[in-house]
Amino acid sequence: MTLTPDNLFGIHTRALDLWQRRTEVLANNLANADTPGYLARDVDFRKVLAAAGGGADGLPLQTTTAGQIGNAGQAADGLAYRVPSQPSMDGNTVDAQAEQAAFAANGVHYQASLSFITAQIRMLRTAISGGQS
Amino acid sequence: MSLFSIFNVAGSGMAAQSLRLNTVASNLANADSVSSTPEGAYRSREPLFAAVKNAQDSGSNAVGEGVQVLGVTESQAAIPSRYEPGNPLADADGYVYSSNVNPVDELVNMISASRSYQNNVEVMNSPRQLMQKTLDLGK
Repeated sequence: MTLTPDNLFGIHTRALDLWQRRTEVLANNLANADTPGYLARDVDFRKVLAAAGGGADGLPLQTTTAGQIGNAGQAADGLAYRVPSQPSMDGNTVDAQAEQAAFAANGVHYQASLSFITAQIRMLRTAISGGQS
Repeated sequence: MSLFSIFNVAGSGMAAQSLRLNTVASNLANADSVSSTPEGAYRSREPLFAAVKNAQDSGSNAVGEGVQVLGVTESQAAIPSRYEPGNPLADADGYVYSSNVNPVDELVNMISASRSYQNNVEVMNSPRQLMQKTLDLGK
């Protein structure tokens, strides 16, 4: 077991990164709740997690000549537009209630990832001190 | 990109909504203003919001950076005129021109703006706690 943070905490550091990014996206949606024509967005967690875990989803596009655009950079980002549940006159697709619920859930997920990391640290401490604190 | 930028995002939302509350206050205060010319009559004002895009990262995957107020627009609704020859502001024909503020619209706007403001305050509060917990990591 090498002690680089990535191996130590597993996927949780990446997950923390992702939750933080999602918090930002959702905060943007809520800030633009009254902006005409604004399209609400969200992070596709499954897609990003697959990219972070190394399991690429689907086949990469082959780029045979210079200047062709592959799909390598697209999968990792995973930002998608939300499908609106009810249309609004000004073209805004932010549903404040749904966004708030997602925001709250996102905070809990973030804390869950944090507690996984904390448990890992505690385990290491126990190993270092031999169980005497 | 960090939890810090959420403060900017929520802050821009709060600034935009408070400007909206300001225009509502101005409109309601002037709801009964009269003028001697149609041009001089008070017109209902409303701010125009637009999303802020990240300057360096202009692709479709760029996360926005909050909301901005592009400007304040004036309502183009017709200015109502009233026949009040006794009014000191009346024109030669005895008409005064009042504002085109619709108080019902304004009250609805006010409720919507204050709810959105509260949402943004909530958005600012929760990352603050998350950051605190992250700082306490390993304790």
